[in-house]
Amino acid sequence: MPVYRDEAVVLRTHKLGEADRIVTMLSRRHGKIRAVAKGVRRTASKFGSRLEPFMVADVQLYEGRSLDVIQQAETLGAYGADIAADYASYTAANAMVETADRLTEAEGSLQQFLLLVGALRSLARREHAPGLTLDSYLLRSLSIAGWAPSFGQCSRCGAPGPHGRVVVQLGGVVCDDCAPAGTAQLDASTLGLLGALLAGDWPSAEASDDRTRAKASGIVSAYLQWHLERGLRSLTHVSREVPPAS
Amino acid sequence: MYEGIVQDLIDELGRLPGIGPKSAQRIAFHILQTESFDVTKLAETLLAVRDKVKFCEICGNVSEQDRCSICRDPRRNQSLICVVEEAKDVVAIERTREFRGLYHVLGGAISPIDGIGPDDLRIRQLMQRLADGTVEEVIIATDPNLEGEATATYLSRLLKTLEIKVSRLASGLPVGGDLEYADEVTLGRAFEGRRVVVG
Repeated sequence: MPVYRDEAVVLRTHKLGEADRIVTMLSRRHGKIRAVAKGVRRTASKFGSRLEPFMVADVQLYEGRSLDVIQQAETLGAYGADIAADYASYTAANAMVETADRLTEAEGSLQQFLLLVGALRSLARREHAPGLTLDSYLLRSLSIAGWAPSFGQCSRCGAPGPHGRVVVQLGGVVCDDCAPAGTAQLDASTLGLLGALLAGDWPSAEASDDRTRAKASGIVSAYLQWHLERGLRSLTHVSREVPPAS
Repeated sequence: MYEGIVQDLIDELGRLPGIGPKSAQRIAFHILQTESFDVTKLAETLLAVRDKVKFCEICGNVSEQDRCSICRDPRRNQSLICVVEEAKDVVAIERTREFRGLYHVLGGAISPIDGIGPDDLRIRQLMQRLADGTVEEVIIATDPNLEGEATATYLSRLLKTLEIKVSRLASGLPVGGDLEYADEVTLGRAFEGRRVVVG
């Protein structure tokens, strides 16, 4: 199969040579693809902005020896410009694509592709606060990868909740018997928000206050970093401010 | 593998950006085989560029003195600052001969995925330059890609607090291109930034 076609979301790009770029994409059917876009950095390039990060495109590629080569690209979702117009959305989207890149290192999946495209679309349309969209995406992408946290029953012994102690190393909330000594108690509203973000219960998530969101973000970040083993570079730059409504 | 110093030369050339092992080998043999090639001049220039060239203390452009030739030139419009990502962009804009103001080189663009945030760029120095009230307009000329646009968004938000006119370079269709090949974002920008010809 020397030439193939797929839908893909652009995760990141690296400069290559004089005017080329290596484009890393998460595709619908072929998992993660690394391909060369020739001449894309020239102002008169036929690709234009179609292969910028956060863009969803229908791409045609041919297989190369080490890297594939992009022959054609048509835009399916132009989210980059809208996301870049809001700094908080931009930093959140960076953390999302870096997470997707890391979670699909071995192999991609259709669910990861659809989740990322949906999250980027939501950011571009300013449907929710960027911080909430990011945290919800992180929890759900980890769940798809097989690391679903538990915010109801005890993640160690399965005792029915509610429980108030979160231990990221054990996979979520734990009962008093399973909690290691010194584990801090988390308030019900933060646990409620974490559950809402995982389930996609947006009315409940949006009803939360800034303090609760900050605490939930801390838990989500710790949970993500624990499972990814290496920290995300973009997570430290995430801006948590609320953008003006569109 | 070649022996000793020849391989060292190929290895060193291969460390330069854009030069692969084959190109490094070709350059190394050009140096070895071409009698007219002045190796001393190349070596002296390489040493001199590391010793003498530094970054302008005002704008961050490359310079052989503490201040670059543009910042030293009293004929330049001191009320206008063009913000660019790299020193290479200063050269590109100077070639147009359209801009007679000053520059400010950020040293890159905000790219969280590469670990580059606002604090890693020369944004604080830009704010210091704007503090004395001399500057009336800031032109943001970051690259028209995602990182450049996000950096422009960040700067615009920051500069809104100062009472200074902030503009962004126009973007749209490239000269010499065909309309049918323009992507949606570029074409959309061209419509947004259209200019009246008659009426």
